[in-house]
Amino acid sequence: MVIPIKLTVNGKTYSHEVEPRMLLVHYLREVLRLTGTHIGCDTSSCGACTILVDGKAVKSCTLLAVQADGCEVTTIEGLAKNGELHPLQEGFQEEHGLQCGFCTPGMIMTAVELLHQNPHPSEDEIRHGLEGNYCRCTGYHNIVKSIQYAANKQKS
Amino acid sequence: MSKLIGKSVKRVEDKRFITGKGRYTDDIVLPEMTYAYIVRSPYAHARIKKVNTKEAEAINGVVTVFTGKDIQAAGINGVPCGWQVDFKNGDTMKEPPHPLLVADKVRYMGDAVAVVIAESYVIAKDAAELVEVDYDVLEAVVDASLAVKENAPQVHEEAPKNMAFDWGLGDKDKTDKAMAQAQHITTLNIINQRVIPNAIEPRSAIGQYEEAYDKYTLYTSSQNPHLIRLLMSAFVLGIPEHKVHVISPDVGGGFGSKIFHYTEEALVTWCAKQVKRPVKWTAERSESFLTDGQGRDHITKAEMGFDKEGNVVGLRVYTYANLGAYLSTFAPCVPTYLHGTLLQGLYTTPAIYVDVTGVFTNTTPVDAYRGAGRPEATYLLERLMDTAARELNMDPTELRLKNFIPPFDGLQQPGYQTQVALQYDSGNYHAVLERALEMIDYPSLRKEQQHALSQGRYVGIGFSTYIEACGIAPSAVVGALGARAGLYESAQVRVQPTGKVSVYVGSHSHGQGHETTFAQVVADKLGINLEDVEIVHGDSEAVAFGMGTYGSRSLAVGGSAIMKSIDKIIEKGSKIAAHKLEASEEDIAFEDGKWTVKGTDKSLSFADMALTAYVPHDYPAGLEPGMDFSSFYDPANFTYPYGAHIAVVEVDTDTGQVQLKRFIACDDVGNVINPMIVDGQIHGGIAQGVGQALFEVASYDENGQLTNGSYMDYTMPRADDLPSFEVDRKVTPCPHNPLGVKGAGEAGTIGSTPAVVNAVVDALSSLGVKDLQMPLTPENVWTAIQQAQSEH
Repeated sequence: MVIPIKLTVNGKTYSHEVEPRMLLVHYLREVLRLTGTHIGCDTSSCGACTILVDGKAVKSCTLLAVQADGCEVTTIEGLAKNGELHPLQEGFQEEHGLQCGFCTPGMIMTAVELLHQNPHPSEDEIRHGLEGNYCRCTGYHNIVKSIQYAANKQKS
Repeated sequence: MSKLIGKSVKRVEDKRFITGKGRYTDDIVLPEMTYAYIVRSPYAHARIKKVNTKEAEAINGVVTVFTGKDIQAAGINGVPCGWQVDFKNGDTMKEPPHPLLVADKVRYMGDAVAVVIAESYVIAKDAAELVEVDYDVLEAVVDASLAVKENAPQVHEEAPKNMAFDWGLGDKDKTDKAMAQAQHITTLNIINQRVIPNAIEPRSAIGQYEEAYDKYTLYTSSQNPHLIRLLMSAFVLGIPEHKVHVISPDVGGGFGSKIFHYTEEALVTWCAKQVKRPVKWTAERSESFLTDGQGRDHITKAEMGFDKEGNVVGLRVYTYANLGAYLSTFAPCVPTYLHGTLLQGLYTTPAIYVDVTGVFTNTTPVDAYRGAGRPEATYLLERLMDTAARELNMDPTELRLKNFIPPFDGLQQPGYQTQVALQYDSGNYHAVLERALEMIDYPSLRKEQQHALSQGRYVGIGFSTYIEACGIAPSAVVGALGARAGLYESAQVRVQPTGKVSVYVGSHSHGQGHETTFAQVVADKLGINLEDVEIVHGDSEAVAFGMGTYGSRSLAVGGSAIMKSIDKIIEKGSKIAAHKLEASEEDIAFEDGKWTVKGTDKSLSFADMALTAYVPHDYPAGLEPGMDFSSFYDPANFTYPYGAHIAVVEVDTDTGQVQLKRFIACDDVGNVINPMIVDGQIHGGIAQGVGQALFEVASYDENGQLTNGSYMDYTMPRADDLPSFEVDRKVTPCPHNPLGVKGAGEAGTIGSTPAVVNAVVDALSSLGVKDLQMPLTPENVWTAIQQAQSEH
């Protein structure tokens, strides 16, 4: 059995027929070939698959593709606008907020919503905001600084 | 004109990662690709009576199913071990190979029994549920100290008492005598618990066989593609090495766990030939928990003897090292040559003996995990030091400073010969500790601690002063110690006709930032722009050869290979310049990216030299055209980074909750190419070491079931568990490699774990707590407090 869905991903509209059990993350990676959204676990614990659905940060392994029918999705590939990096993308590069890069797209997408809700977070607020995302490389030290960089940039 | 070495250049590789354009193995889709799902044993120890694949094969979309019998019929023995450590009595190490699929007896939970290959991942997984395996469950053994007992279950029939090897290092008689004469002996019984590396990218492998070319390609999330090619082609599948192409594209973290040659790599490669289509396997996280090489797992009795002034007079260590069910690639080396040899630490201990028994159990294989052996050595030494200081009523920093090896640069003063085989290269151990003490303002901090205690708050300060051995070498020595491979590195530097430079390195970057650091070295030394250098790695056909990245070796060994090729370019360039500038070669100097005739303004630019080398119309007679040099570098010695780490914690004694308030590190990793990247390596290392101290443990029950094999159950540090770290460094160059570098990848992990545990013991010492076993979960800490109180 397949179900038709229609959704907007990174500003482009797609229509597909998908199995009802297909996870949104599998739809993005396998059907749309947007492989910047990563899969790091099978328990919705690592946050590597975080994307924006209607502006909210969501772990795309917790949604079925059919649940995204009619939604507006942004993945890491859609974050830069007109070739200009998002302040968070820039922050991660400037402050060495990534090493292997695998958790990075999820971290950045989580931070997008974090700064949206709280444009001037304290270090503690940033650390709490990242609770749902694992990074095994950086010890989070420079991820915090990357987000502070973006917050300062957006302020100015 | 050193314009780039020592600068925090922003990483060139970041662009693809921050825009979602990284290319990890699971991102790759090949035409006609099929998907593998592996049926794994739910039991730790069981005989396979029957495997029925009929129902699975009948599912629409299933291509085929293979079992252990198919692998046996193909004559494939399994994955071998890469390091041999024999018994003390001369008997050969026991090394039963690890089958790609097991036909007779499974030996750990997760051992592979069958593989389903299908048109899609979901079909393969659905069908795998229909593979019926009839098991005869056997009693399992999990604890290494129990596995060596007479009546313990036997993991392998050919390994009596489950012993793979036993091993000793140092002067036993001298040490026993020193300990007998010691005024004070500090003893700790230590469980350095098993932890799981947990790179966030699960392992993945794609096998491909192209019949028309008789060519195999393996994409694999590995730290060392060339070694995988060698092991898989020559020792597992028996296929010609030159017909195997191994590619390790972007790899999402390794921490040691992606060094080893895994059964799945050979399995997908073999399957691809059988089904005549590419075969992809990607681990689910629960599979990673069960099958990635795990770390640590030592049961140790450690004793340190002191004279009445507090000088260390002897160290005696007995360890059972749990190796799991099979010997992973470097498993025997980790508890022996990477652990026993580090027991000198930073101290002048005159007598040391270490004894290690390597033991098979019904658990996942254990191998190198960030630090590999050195964290275990450091942990026992540094726990002993803080414990001894308490027992001797001395300050832990005073006790360390008193016993430190005096400073030596390895040039004017010789290297320091330890009691356990190694010769340290250079060091000023006092300097890092003194700097770390300055960073925390130690006297004030102790006062604050007293003040806190008077208010009923339990603050603790813990120390760790570590040394490690990186860039394990030279090949002849490691060969004598049992390595079945050389441990050199290769690098090819190719100057293109336009003066752009491509560098092909055998090191592999999976987060370390080689594409930036190596390019900084090349651009700096050749006097060209960073943008004009491209670093190529992770491809066995692009790169001539390589030994990969582990043991903090990439810059010390791989960087040195690059330096050798750069020297050859400058030398050949001088010949071309002498010809073009009509001067003798002795009068030519190379600086700032150009060759000049000394004392004149005549010069040849780097780009003009390159073009001349490839368009040799006006060219030195007898000189070969082209500008492309490959070099192999085999180091003269290990490198020895060291440092001082301090943890400050506060413990809630009502709940046992530990809060890490501050973490201070002053490390000396030799010269630094990119300070930003080195700091990042230290930060990440500290977090992993803190993880072992406070949170992480692979919990096996007595049946060999891993009871916490998911991110819901296995705790790793999250952002709000950690403070920002305070790091600084000292620089004592390595005297024996051209860049003077020592390695920074593992330092943080090695140093941090004992500092945190020492801090928690320090916090609770007024309550009578003398020792704690990791991880320091609230439950463990709370229980220790209750026990200490009831004994009071």
